[in-house]
Amino acid sequence: MTEISLGHYLTLAAIIFSLGILGIFLNRKNVIIILMSIELILLAVNINLVSFSIYLQDLVGQVFTMFILTVAAAEASVGLAIIVIYYKNKGSINVEQISSLKG
Amino acid sequence: MQTIIYILPELFLSLAIMSLLMVGVFVKKGSKIVNLFSILSLILLIALILNQSDTTIKIFNGSYIIDNLSIFMKVLTLIFCFFVLLASRDYVKNTNIDKMEYPIIILTSTLGMFLMISSYDLIIFYLGLELQSLSLYILAAFNREDAKSNEAGLKYFVLSALASGLLLYGSSLIYGFTGSTNFEVIAANLKEAQVGAVFGIVFIIVGLAFKVSLVPFHMWTPDVYEGAPTSVTSFFALIPKIAAITVFIRFMYVPFVNLIDQWQIIILFLSIASMILGAVAAIGQTNIKRLMAYSTIGHMGYALAGLAVGTNQGIQSTIIYLTIYLAMNLGAFSCIFMMKRENVFYENINDLSGLSKNHPMLAFSFLIILFSLAGIPPLAGFFAKFYIFMSVIEAEMYALAIIGLITTVISAFYYLRIIKIIYFDKSKKPFDTSYDWGLKSSLILSSILVLIYFIYPSILTNAVSAIIIY
Repeated sequence: MTEISLGHYLTLAAIIFSLGILGIFLNRKNVIIILMSIELILLAVNINLVSFSIYLQDLVGQVFTMFILTVAAAEASVGLAIIVIYYKNKGSINVEQISSLKG
Repeated sequence: MQTIIYILPELFLSLAIMSLLMVGVFVKKGSKIVNLFSILSLILLIALILNQSDTTIKIFNGSYIIDNLSIFMKVLTLIFCFFVLLASRDYVKNTNIDKMEYPIIILTSTLGMFLMISSYDLIIFYLGLELQSLSLYILAAFNREDAKSNEAGLKYFVLSALASGLLLYGSSLIYGFTGSTNFEVIAANLKEAQVGAVFGIVFIIVGLAFKVSLVPFHMWTPDVYEGAPTSVTSFFALIPKIAAITVFIRFMYVPFVNLIDQWQIIILFLSIASMILGAVAAIGQTNIKRLMAYSTIGHMGYALAGLAVGTNQGIQSTIIYLTIYLAMNLGAFSCIFMMKRENVFYENINDLSGLSKNHPMLAFSFLIILFSLAGIPPLAGFFAKFYIFMSVIEAEMYALAIIGLITTVISAFYYLRIIKIIYFDKSKKPFDTSYDWGLKSSLILSSILVLIYFIYPSILTNAVSAIIIY
């Protein structure tokens, strides 16, 4: 039995973080999936901060996490609002069709 | 209680935002009153900020700083915010986006920028950045009926949220490897290059480069500039850059100052790539807002060149460059606001053809501003580039200076092409001439500033020389 150390947490966070970034760039279907990927990135950061906070015996990291959770909620609401007005105008939220601005 | 006095401008701004929201809710058709009061509160804020003492003060456990840099940048933000609001009044009225939320959201983003400019701690910096970007997402998508504006908002939201995520990941690594979020403690603990901390710095630089629209993180800029309403585009091109460049200066020269060997090469690369792309990609554009987007990318590249130098003179030249860039772009966007025929706004470069026959004064101001953007002496844009290249050459970075000069020459081509279209092409139907006084005054002021800067350049250099970071 190996003990779970800081390195394991950091690796987990790094994997989730890269999944989030890949989700934004590989996804060709739905904007909602992009929103989920952004959320995933922020949660990976939270794992990072909490594990550092425990490792350093310092509470600031957890305070930071609380702020990030709040901001993530606000960000998701603004993003969803933009998606709603986009859907009203275009009738679809397909990522491939978001390309009328080019040049 | 003593510390409250130092954040008086921020307190005043947030109270003004909340009370204006109340006015907007309870007063019917309150958009005019809200607009007037938000412009007035900007003027009051300038007075409040100039009233602050010019000694460096750190409050809230050293997480919030008031120094010469922050005061200068806040005043700059307020002045140009004021003029952008004035100049875009006519456009906002004609395109049906004169809702009461519009000036309020601009004020909230200004509040976010204030927090960014004064932040001395990663948490405060992140909160300010998010307040600013959330307001900007809404602004980009503000014209709800226009599919282009929606698309611009959506694109900006996705890419900017990704940038915030990268920045945050970098911040978490920096926190983990230095044990603090305070800038000074980070600087004290970050003496030699550890792998984790360097990763953190790279992530933070990438996130900031997204916000300033530097190559290779510039993809959103042309699309958002073209899609968003022109009043919002002018805001995007001017105000967020001030806060982002300030944060760039703070990050590079306070917490990461000991790792200059590590980040200098990244900044150099970003700067050179932006200069080249800004010069080359703008050549084929037909939409003037898109062209301004590429011009912005190029200009940010020059501004960053001063930062890459690593001397105080370099920082000061960056700040001077930023100030002159703001004055020039205010003029350019005022000209774009004037391209209106029978209440329809035009955006194509070809619509400008033969402007000089119908509107000689407008054509002449546009000429001054475009020459200045191209960096032709004796206009202000030349001096801005001159200071940057002086500090670059004094640091013996000759390659950067040579590439900068070459890209200046290339980018002069597309500015001169617009001048050729204005002065030598066949004239079209004249534009409307019933300009709003706010629009007129901001165009006149910016073109005069650009034109007569060479008479007394020390007025700006003296103000900037008080800013000592490094």
